[in-house]
Formats: sequence, C-alpha cells, structure tokens
Amino acid sequence: MVFSRGSAVAEPLLRVEGLTKRFGGVIASDDIMLEVAPGELHAIIGPNGAGKSTLIAQLGGELAPDAGRVWFDRHDITPLPPHARSALGLARSFQITSLFPDFTALDNVALAVQAHAGHSFRFWVDARRDPELRTPARAALARVGLEGRADTLVSRLSHGEHRQLELAMALATRPRMLLLDEPMAGLGPEESARAVTMLRELKQGLTILLIEHDMDAVFALADRISVLVYGRIIASGAPAAIRANREVRIAYLGEGVTDGR
Amino acid sequence: MTAWLTPRNAAAAGVLALIALLPVYCALTGNYFLMSLFTRILILAMAAVSLNLIMGFGGMVSFGHAAYLGIGGYVMGILAKEGIGAGLIQWPLALAVSGLFALGVGALSLRTRGVYFIMITLAFTQMIYYVAIGLDRYGGDDGLTIYRRSSFGDTIDLSNRMQFYYLCLGLLLAVVYLVWRIVNSRFGMVIQGARSNDRRMRAIGFPTFRYRLVCFVISGAICGLAGVLLANHTAFISPAIMHWTRSGDLIVMAVLGGMGSVIGPVIGAVAFLVLEEGLSRLTEYWPIILGPMILLVVLYARGGIDGFLAGLRRG
Repeated sequence: MVFSRGSAVAEPLLRVEGLTKRFGGVIASDDIMLEVAPGELHAIIGPNGAGKSTLIAQLGGELAPDAGRVWFDRHDITPLPPHARSALGLARSFQITSLFPDFTALDNVALAVQAHAGHSFRFWVDARRDPELRTPARAALARVGLEGRADTLVSRLSHGEHRQLELAMALATRPRMLLLDEPMAGLGPEESARAVTMLRELKQGLTILLIEHDMDAVFALADRISVLVYGRIIASGAPAAIRANREVRIAYLGEGVTDGR
Repeated sequence: MTAWLTPRNAAAAGVLALIALLPVYCALTGNYFLMSLFTRILILAMAAVSLNLIMGFGGMVSFGHAAYLGIGGYVMGILAKEGIGAGLIQWPLALAVSGLFALGVGALSLRTRGVYFIMITLAFTQMIYYVAIGLDRYGGDDGLTIYRRSSFGDTIDLSNRMQFYYLCLGLLLAVVYLVWRIVNSRFGMVIQGARSNDRRMRAIGFPTFRYRLVCFVISGAICGLAGVLLANHTAFISPAIMHWTRSGDLIVMAVLGGMGSVIGPVIGAVAFLVLEEGLSRLTEYWPIILGPMILLVVLYARGGIDGFLAGLRRG
C-alpha cells in the first residue's frame, strides 16, 4: 500500500459530490457529499430505509445516480460499470451472499483472482494447479481465517463462513478500497466479535467504507462516521463527536429507532 | 485414500479394455455386427461428450444437438456426391460449418435462459431438419447414399472396418482428453462459474456471454466431427439423423452416464445403446423397459452411472 505520506493534506481516495437518486417520489440519496481519506475506515450508519444500500450500490456501479459524481483516486468513475471499478481497485462485498455454491471455498476466491488476471480464453493449463491463481487465493483465505476450509464446498459452509468468504473474494482482487455492505448481518455474537477482530486487521493496509447496523462494531472500528437519515448525511466526524451529536441522537432516539420497517 | 483401484476406475478400465479388444474378438469369430454396433456407440459417445461440455459443465441444455451431427454428415455427403472425396477437405469443412452454425444459434439463443433456451435450440434444429428435407438434389426426405468414404491417401483406409473402428476410438479418446483439459482450464472455470452463478460472474468482471458462446461453438464443432464419422460409418445420410428424438437421445446418454464428469456421457452412450439393442431383441415394446430404467437412474442416482460408481468408494 502506498500512502501519500509526504503531501501536506492527503487527497481523498474516494470523493462523492452531490450524489442524488430518486425512486418515484422518494429521495433515496439527497445531495450526498462524502470524502474518504486513504487508510481510513469510514462507517456509514443510519436507520433502516435511510438509503445506505442505495448509496453503496451507486458507489459499486450497479445503480446509476440521477445527479452527482463519484471520484476514485482522481478518476471520475461515475459512468463506469462494476467490473471497471473493480479493475481500478474498488472492490465490493455483497450484503446478500452471492457465491458459487458447487465450488470449493478456494475455487471461489480463485475465480475472483482470475477475473483480474487478464482474459480467460486459456483452454489448456489446469486452473486448479495454477500458482498464479491459487497462491493469492490461499493468501486471501488466510487473511479472513478460512484457510482450514479451503477445500470445502461452499454449500457446506456456515453462514458466518459465507460472509468471511465474501470478504476473501473482495480481498483477492488486491483492492485499494473495500466497500463492505453489512458484513456482520446475520452473525451470532461470537462470530461478530471475530469479524471485528478480522476487520481491525484488514484496516491496517486498506481503505474501507463500512455500512453496518451493529453499533458496537462501528464505534469499535471506525476512524470517522457519517450518519445517513432519509437519504441525507446529517453528521460526519470522529466517533466521539458523533456519539455526542444532538441531531444524531434525535434521529436515532426519535423516529429512526424502530428497526425492520 | 487416493487409491487408484476404485470401483469407478476399475469399471472404466474394464469397459475400455473391452472396447479396445472388441475388434480382435470380432475378427476371430466373424461377428461383424457387434463391431458395427460399437463403432456407432463410439461415434454417438463423442456427440454426447460434446453435448455435455455445454450441458453438464456450462448449464446450457441444448435440445438440438443432433443438428451438428446432421451438418457434419451432410457436408461430408454433399462433397462426396460432388466428387470431392479428400478427407482433408471434407473434415475441416464439416467442423467449420458446424462451428459457424453453432455461432449463429448460440449468438441468438444464449440471450435466453432455461426453457426458452431449450425451445430455441430445438427450433433451430427443426429448421435445419426441414432444410435437409428440401435438398432435392441430395435425396431430400429419402436421404443420400455415400458411395465413397473419405479418403486419406494411403495413411488410413476408412473402408477397412477395423481401421475405421480404431480411428473412431482414437478420436473419441482425443476428444475426451481435449474436453477434460478445457473443463479444468481457466476457460472451463468461467464456464462452470457462469452455470453456478452467472450474475455474480458478471459482477466480478467476467463478460460471460462471449465465453459461453465460444464454448457452444467448440461443442458444435466436435459434434460435427461425430457427424462426419457417422456418415462415413453408415455410408448414408438423411434428415432422420437430425430428428428431435435424436437430440433427446443424446441428452439421455449424458444424464444416464453422469453429467458431472467428462467420461460420464461415454458410459451413458454405451449403456443406452447396448440396452436399446439388447432389449429390442427381447421385445418390440423395449421402450417400456428402457424408459423406467432411465427414470430410476435420474431419480436415485443423481450423478448418473458414473456418479453412482464414484459414490461406491465412500459408501
């Protein structure tokens, strides 16, 4: 990882300007401004229906915004499709696990490596014995603590392991920045604790944008937090400042607190 | 427990030995019918292997694969009738035309999924079936007798039954090896990934359509080769070779033998055609027996015969 250590003010790695998305009469993203510095773990919190998933879908490229721009490493990536963004080093994990069930864990990660290793019109060499694919794939599995399950079929892994594998697949593409969409969703307390440890290790070398419901995890991990309510960012700052922010407390204690609406 | 002597390998080695030594037995006893039957089995096994490349590994259930048998056969038959007997012209041309047809069919049909894909591949095959019926110069509905088999100078004589048999066997083994390499290559990983979760494949950066299309073309070309061999074997070609029931037979062979492996369709072709031949001698109502047998395999041995044999070890 290269950080611009010398420069006075670090250029943000990800910059979002005036991002707006409407679904009919509902504004899901309302003029969103966001900057994530290199090496930062930036968390987005907000009540259900605040537009967190819509935001990450626009950053990942699955959803086109109605207005606004997204910059990644000084490239305007607004018009780029998902695979082009991922080629630039912006990887994304999915909230709803979407893996290859009849492949082994290692095969899944190796596919992600292969996606970034040039074209695949190679018909002869055994891909399962290709160190160019297997070595980075094993390394990514090890980083999320799944090396012991490398040869297990995905359909036999637990839900928590699926989430770990999702992360390994995102890591396997050697990204500079990770977009994590609720990596703790559906995890038990013990699994959550392990996930926090893992993310804390990952953030050493990576810039991360984290969307998460688990407040303990967010406050334990984040360098900065932005609060999204009704498609608007109402506050942005260090965890302590966010905890003390009056507007945030109202949003959470007031109408936003009821989950699952 | 990576012992080589598993029931599956033992069965495969046994069948292979049987197939390799069959011509010797036939020459000794003069039973050339058996050799002719097994030549046919080898050729249709090749077609089933080609179908399984797209169906078993790529998840593309083509219900029209007999079209490529027919195209390969007709290219060979038409050239022979027009006086071009050289195999080095007939065979590459047959492969090229089959591949091109697959390119056209694939480019249109691969945009659809599931039942629609099955129906479109069937429709294209029906189309080419009726085109063949319309070929008055080449026998139309009655078919075309091929008076001279493909000639390869002095290297190999296809009229010699034993030489032809071993040629078919050699080509089948070559095709199985080729498909095995393809399936395990990077290309094969993309094809299987697209079967497993196409949306995710596209999300992580694979333009899956072009990979699936190339796979479809490879499969069509291999099946075209089987068509050339079939035309050489029967010395006759007619639209019946492309009848939709033939496409169905190929699917049954792959399912019966096991879609999960490259060798499965070979086992399926042997089992299906030997049973068909054997049962049809017992009774003219043989489909009544064969049908339920296939049903049982599909219901109780998900991986086909090959999957069943592979499972014995763990059992």
